Amino acid sequence: MSTLHESPGQAAWRRLTSHRSTVIAMLFLVFLVLLCGCGPWLSPYTEASQDLKLGASAPSWSHWLGTDSLGRDLFTRLLYGGRMSLLVGMVATLVAMVIGVGYGLLSGLSHPRVDSAMMRFVDILYAFPFMTFVILLTVVFGRELWLLFAAIGAVEWLTMARVVRSQVLALKNQEFITAARAYGASFGQILFRHLLPNVAGSIVIYASLTVPGVMLLEATLSFLGLGVQPPFASWGVLIGEGAAGIQSYPWLLLGPALFFCSTLLALNTLGDALRDAFDPKSVSE
Amino acid sequence: MARFLISRLLQGIVVVFITMVATFALLKAAPGGPYQKERATTPENEARLREEYGLDQPLHVQFLRVLSKAMSGTLKCDKFKSQLVGDIIRNSFPISAAIGLPALLIAIGLGVPAGALAALRPGSLEDRSAMLMSTLGICAPSLVLGPLIALVFGLKLNWFNVAGWYDADDWVLPSLTLGLIYAAYVARLTRGGLRETLAQEFIRTARAKGAGEGAVVFRHALKLASLPLLNFLGPAAAGLLTGSFVTETVFQIPGLGQHFVSAAINRDYALASATAAFYAAMIVGFNLLVDIIQAAINPRIGLKS
Repeated sequence: MSTLHESPGQAAWRRLTSHRSTVIAMLFLVFLVLLCGCGPWLSPYTEASQDLKLGASAPSWSHWLGTDSLGRDLFTRLLYGGRMSLLVGMVATLVAMVIGVGYGLLSGLSHPRVDSAMMRFVDILYAFPFMTFVILLTVVFGRELWLLFAAIGAVEWLTMARVVRSQVLALKNQEFITAARAYGASFGQILFRHLLPNVAGSIVIYASLTVPGVMLLEATLSFLGLGVQPPFASWGVLIGEGAAGIQSYPWLLLGPALFFCSTLLALNTLGDALRDAFDPKSVSE
Repeated sequence: MARFLISRLLQGIVVVFITMVATFALLKAAPGGPYQKERATTPENEARLREEYGLDQPLHVQFLRVLSKAMSGTLKCDKFKSQLVGDIIRNSFPISAAIGLPALLIAIGLGVPAGALAALRPGSLEDRSAMLMSTLGICAPSLVLGPLIALVFGLKLNWFNVAGWYDADDWVLPSLTLGLIYAAYVARLTRGGLRETLAQEFIRTARAKGAGEGAVVFRHALKLASLPLLNFLGPAAAGLLTGSFVTETVFQIPGLGQHFVSAAINRDYALASATAAFYAAMIVGFNLLVDIIQAAINPRIGLKS
């Protein structure tokens, strides 16, 4: 294959798709999104439809992953739960991204003294017991879904801020920025035309590594009964329900665990691969 | 050194103080109170209770009272007035630590050799299987691994109690759960750090002057490679020793972690603030310890106050 006439983007794409595991992870994620997005419409059951006479039943042809003690089809509930988990993963990451990028840009562009004070603040926040704060936030402000997004996002922005700030510091004194300033570009133009596009790669890479962390946090909270509330389900909720009944109905744990872990695996694989592909300097793994 | 210690201790006290204030303020901002139950008491009765326990005072007065009582060790719970907060922490912290300490040892004892082996033979079968195991460990968090371990070793093999804190060996399953998960991260960090270090020039120098492979790895490389690992282990140790919420829930362990959750739900302002402060103090302490060890290993890092 000729590698002489390709753009950096093409080169990155080639590096990205040169690993079989990365391609499998990408296909799996596409399949999963389609399955959770469209699957519930195709399923003959709904999230809440009960079959009390059937009760808890092991996997069978009519219920692929079995049913819970209320006779609800686990596979269908997993698809609905997947919608919720993926939604939380994306929205909370977006919240973390907006806070982190904004803070990082501001810090990197400010006067060095302000910058060091702002980074000191981030250092102090790193020392905070965050799990306890997320638990407090969800206990205190009720268990509204949007609050869950906000609480998780408010915790996960720190590293993003650091990444963006260090990039901005490296970029802001380079010639092309000075040139832009010299021909009279406004602050907004420099920010959006010149700085952000150059930082975008790092933002995307770090965001893709944030998604699995966010999903894990949501699952942990839901597992403890502090996250997604009934009648909604998420994978964390289903794992919690399954863990409570492992003695009699182990399949209720195994199904959600399999979905959740394989998704985390695919997301982590993809995040690592993105980092390696777009940043050839970084030591892989 | 003395200046460094004093400045870091002061910073630590600030962090602990802010954590305590924030916890207290957050819980106070929540609706409800410690004396609200399903069966409501009369308004007069509740007002009397609030007056008796000083909950009708201005917030800063209440907080200062909590703080001064916590200092003198006479702080009582808001929910169950007969219990001292200090007693609860004294009773439950050893239980959490009895699970956390073996978990930490498992994590280091399993993770460091696996990571080192993988780094020394990149691309080999050992490398690939170690990294596969560690990826699986990272993708099977405690809320999945805990119930699975309970299912296999508790229910199927019947080797240990599935849950509870009764027998002398009840620490095994929770410690195993936490240890395996942390071992996955430790292995990755060891491998990454060691590979990066082995590629550096001073290693080539050491090899060139004829140092044996063992000396190169253990005397030169591992020391420098342990820096990112130490950074991870500091907060990890604090978290492990003070108890993991999830693992304590899965195995129904009466440790410190569950007290924090129940205190928040019960609106027990005193207990929640004190446990949060205790946790923050542990994190600050371990971070300080890590910084000192790092400076001792690599003098170029120095002590940043």
